[in-house]
Amino acid sequence: MDGYLLSITIFLPLSGVVFILLSGSDDTALVARRARDVALLASLATFIASLFVWWNFDPSSADFQFVEKREWFGEDGFSYHLGIDGISLFFVLLSTFLTPLCILASGAIKTRVKEYMIAFLVLETLMVGMFAALDIVLFYVFFEGVLIPMFLIIGVWGGPRRVYAAFKFFLFTLLGSVLMLLAIIAMYWQAGTTDIPELMAFGFSRDLQLWLWLAFFASFAVKVPMWPVHTWLPDAHVEAPTAGSVILAGVLLKMGGYGFLRFSIPMMPEATAYFTPLVYVLSIVAVIYTSLVALAQTDMKKLIAYSSVAHMGFVTVGIFAMNEQAVSGAIFQMLSHGVVSGALFLCVGVVYDRMHSREITTYGGLVHRMPRYAVVFMLFTLASIGLPGTSGFVGELLVMVGAFQANTWVAALISLGVILGAAYMLYLYRRVIFGALVKEELKTILDLNRREIMVFTPLVLVVLWMGIWPMHFLGPIEASVINLLEQYQTALAAAGDASMLAAR
Amino acid sequence: MEAAIVFLPLLGAFVAGFFGRFIGDRGAQYFACTLLIFSGVLSWIVFFDVAVMGNVAGKIDLGTWMRVGGFDFEWMLRVDQLTAVMLIVVTTISAVVHVYSIGYMHHDPHTPRFFAYLSLFTFFMLMLVTADNLIQMFLGWEGVGLCSYLLIGFWYDRPSANAAAIKAFVVNRVGDFGFALGIFGIFVLFDTVRFDEIFAAVPGQADATITFLSWELPAITTVCLLLFVGAMGKSAQLFLHTWLPDAMEGPTPVSALIHAATMVTAGVFMVVRMSPIFEYSETALAVVTIVGAATAFVAATIGLTQNDIKRVIAYSTCSQLGYMFFAVGVSAYSAAMFHLTTHAFFKALLFLGAGAVIHAMSDEQDMRKMGGIRKMVPVTHAYMWIGSLSLAGIGIPGTMIGFAGFNSKDMILEAAFGAHSWVGYIAFGAGIAAAIMTAFYSWRLIFMTFYGQPRCDERTLAHVHESPKVMLIPLAVLAAGSIVAGMIGYNAFVGGGMDAFWGDSILVLEGHDSIEAAHHVPTWVKWLPIGMALGGVGLAWLMYIGRPGMAAAWAKALRPLYLLSYNKWYFDELYDLIFVRPAFYLGRNLWKNGDGAIIDGVGPDGIAAFTQRLSKRVSALQSGYVYHYAFAMLIGVVVFVTGYLFVQAG
Repeated sequence: MDGYLLSITIFLPLSGVVFILLSGSDDTALVARRARDVALLASLATFIASLFVWWNFDPSSADFQFVEKREWFGEDGFSYHLGIDGISLFFVLLSTFLTPLCILASGAIKTRVKEYMIAFLVLETLMVGMFAALDIVLFYVFFEGVLIPMFLIIGVWGGPRRVYAAFKFFLFTLLGSVLMLLAIIAMYWQAGTTDIPELMAFGFSRDLQLWLWLAFFASFAVKVPMWPVHTWLPDAHVEAPTAGSVILAGVLLKMGGYGFLRFSIPMMPEATAYFTPLVYVLSIVAVIYTSLVALAQTDMKKLIAYSSVAHMGFVTVGIFAMNEQAVSGAIFQMLSHGVVSGALFLCVGVVYDRMHSREITTYGGLVHRMPRYAVVFMLFTLASIGLPGTSGFVGELLVMVGAFQANTWVAALISLGVILGAAYMLYLYRRVIFGALVKEELKTILDLNRREIMVFTPLVLVVLWMGIWPMHFLGPIEASVINLLEQYQTALAAAGDASMLAAR
Repeated sequence: MEAAIVFLPLLGAFVAGFFGRFIGDRGAQYFACTLLIFSGVLSWIVFFDVAVMGNVAGKIDLGTWMRVGGFDFEWMLRVDQLTAVMLIVVTTISAVVHVYSIGYMHHDPHTPRFFAYLSLFTFFMLMLVTADNLIQMFLGWEGVGLCSYLLIGFWYDRPSANAAAIKAFVVNRVGDFGFALGIFGIFVLFDTVRFDEIFAAVPGQADATITFLSWELPAITTVCLLLFVGAMGKSAQLFLHTWLPDAMEGPTPVSALIHAATMVTAGVFMVVRMSPIFEYSETALAVVTIVGAATAFVAATIGLTQNDIKRVIAYSTCSQLGYMFFAVGVSAYSAAMFHLTTHAFFKALLFLGAGAVIHAMSDEQDMRKMGGIRKMVPVTHAYMWIGSLSLAGIGIPGTMIGFAGFNSKDMILEAAFGAHSWVGYIAFGAGIAAAIMTAFYSWRLIFMTFYGQPRCDERTLAHVHESPKVMLIPLAVLAAGSIVAGMIGYNAFVGGGMDAFWGDSILVLEGHDSIEAAHHVPTWVKWLPIGMALGGVGLAWLMYIGRPGMAAAWAKALRPLYLLSYNKWYFDELYDLIFVRPAFYLGRNLWKNGDGAIIDGVGPDGIAAFTQRLSKRVSALQSGYVYHYAFAMLIGVVVFVTGYLFVQAG
């Protein structure tokens, strides 16, 4: 069983797809209902499978676990190679955790339900596969494959400007990916393998590293997204259906951060050290710039989208600050942001389903009619501004502690984001929830229904769990992070020796 | 037992908040109050055990919170003498305010929510004072900030309340920015965030330097100043004080509990808790003294001219917090804690008394529309006198006999004088000046509210009534405290029993012993504050009772000064101009011009537009006429042949 656990987790959603396709009927309502049920069941089964992965994961080891390796194609082995370590474990869980919630929260989708559910299940397979892939070609297939269902979700079930948004999303990400593909080919020529653990150990020359790093950076920076290639994100979020936004913010943005940790740092350590100041500067600009922009937004989803860019600025600082607190904090912040921003988009979705408007001025005084909603929204707002006791605090704190050790300027400047974050989130909350209920059309709005409570309850619990007992999450991360840092330091030290020899 | 003290209020908050609709308003109120009273009783037991009997209770470990490399700390409750004092202050005032709120919030439809917030606040405040490491203290710190935000905005239909709530949170965040950087600095310096380990390591790092931003700075001073920025935010010290007066938008019991007695003193508590670090930085202590003295003075000048009864008391709070800080600055930590304790009683009394007045006047807060009601609310009137006498520090110099504020405030002034440093003398001067103003605005408040002719309308006047027992009994507790707390506590807090009482929880280095020096100051120093206070009372009497036209005449004669004070030194206008507006302006511009015109305009949209233009041109060539294509082919042939000939020839 253990030997196939990852494959099972990856392909379980596809079995749901098969069932949905088989259950053809002329009655579209029946098809839709069946599709929803099957998709929910399949994604729940996937989540349970991923819990087994967590359960059996050995936190003391930094090695890849649950490894599967089979020949795939090509003479010298493009292989089907899977495995996870502490860095990827929770990204797998994040994907499998959010997907069922997304399916549950998609009650407002009434057209092409069958295809919608299929898209989400395929998306889940690709996401999990990407985080578990240990062959760079396999990784690339999953990494790029994710674009297709997401493109469809935005383009088919999105808002009025969905086509513009879908193409912008696709072009931005594709541009980066093409460069990454070139880099992958170059690496294959050099090292003669596409196996990720082997590539980590290979040791590319410094000059090649610089080019490879930039190529990978082009792809990952768009995904994160880093300033100034972030402008696809607000548009994509605004037009995407609620569940699409959840996955987009919750998982897809993490692909960039994960990529830095899996490829850029271990495979190109010298280039990483060389380009760290660049990443710092872009991240600081992202934090302050997008926080200010968020302050001026009039569209709820856009505001949260911009806040995502700011929060991901913390993540990139953490990844490149290169000490244990910062890197662990960056991973934790990604997980926390995945849950919290996903939940915030769901919060917007709740009122969007009722009023069909994302404009902040449509709302006001919702607390009078929707007290439960107000509580839930408040909790996620607080998590977003990093209140201690919520998940947001742990990630931000660790990143800032780590950043302070690496560079006090960076720490001080990103801390400004914490002040601005409080300002724009509370300002949003005030305009939507507080105030007198004067608008006629809001006077009949209904509070959270049962299904919505079912969606939010797990998210609330996880946010508090991660805030109060973060060790359950930080523990399994630890060994892999230490290993990553040790390898990095060793590589840099070796490079330092080599350059000294050369100078002599 | 310690865990029960801390977590009972959380339970109360949880039940009142989430099950309020099942157990009803009454049920929620009584449940929250009962748990708080329990917590208060347990606190007193712990206090006697720890502070009076001298059994140091130690710590309760509740498990690891975070452990990432050396960044390692637990959820832990720490109870030492300093904590014990804060425990009784917090739980006692909180219990009193809870009971009072049953009466005060009687007509409000959201009482369970109110009690949930109050209890939740108490929980976070207790987490703050029992913290054993900086991060847990930060949790309490942010938690009380959150509850303050929720309670200021309790009446969420009022735009002004919502604005004040956000302002409070964001200004506090500015302070927290400093606090957080201070914590990071300490971690870098000492490799730990646990108090005991930090304190043990301080002497060894006294001369260390730290690279902060681009400068090489003395480490201890740098982290102390950063921590102090946090304290300034929470305790509303000058430059970060603007949120406190606006916070009066919240219900009055909130003002009493959070914005007078407990939360705003968290900054003082924090600095006292960190005394083993602050003691090693003369510079940091001097800065604390100056900021405290300036706040005491400036806030008092603003209090002189305000007309909202709660705002007067709010500025008075600001000013008194300034006293506490300059006491800390001259190393008179125990005097600061003493004043913190007595201030909690008399300021809560004043606020709750003001609440009773507002309640009686049908929610009127403007003192210009009050007056002449002392016969109708005799008990409230008496309590306001007691509170003001205590605030003004009335007592007999040279003895311990006097109201609570007399013992603590005079000790602070004497310690400032006794410190024999230039900052100490500045603080002493500012404190004396603030003392006369304090007495003046306190009696201005009393005279305008209770004396003279009624200035309210007939209907309000007909409704003026004494508050119910459930509000008056809590006031009696506070009044008793405002009278006797100083005399009871004197010996233990700042007198001969001081060293035994505080034990190791406060560190004062050799040569910093200003409390000892305070006992030996010249007699005129002891008499000056009381003289000033009586002078202030007399002046208030003259202006508002004796010669009623005098106040207006003076305001006219000193118009620039009057406007400066009335408009609160224009801090709000200034901040709006240099922070708030530019932030929104920048945000809009970066969005429309930065993201819109530049990044998208040059990037995706620009490329798309370019491609489209290009393809239009190209498609224009494909006209469908055969002779166009034939012509193009012909030209092509000509070019190729010519080129071939050239190459051949070359």
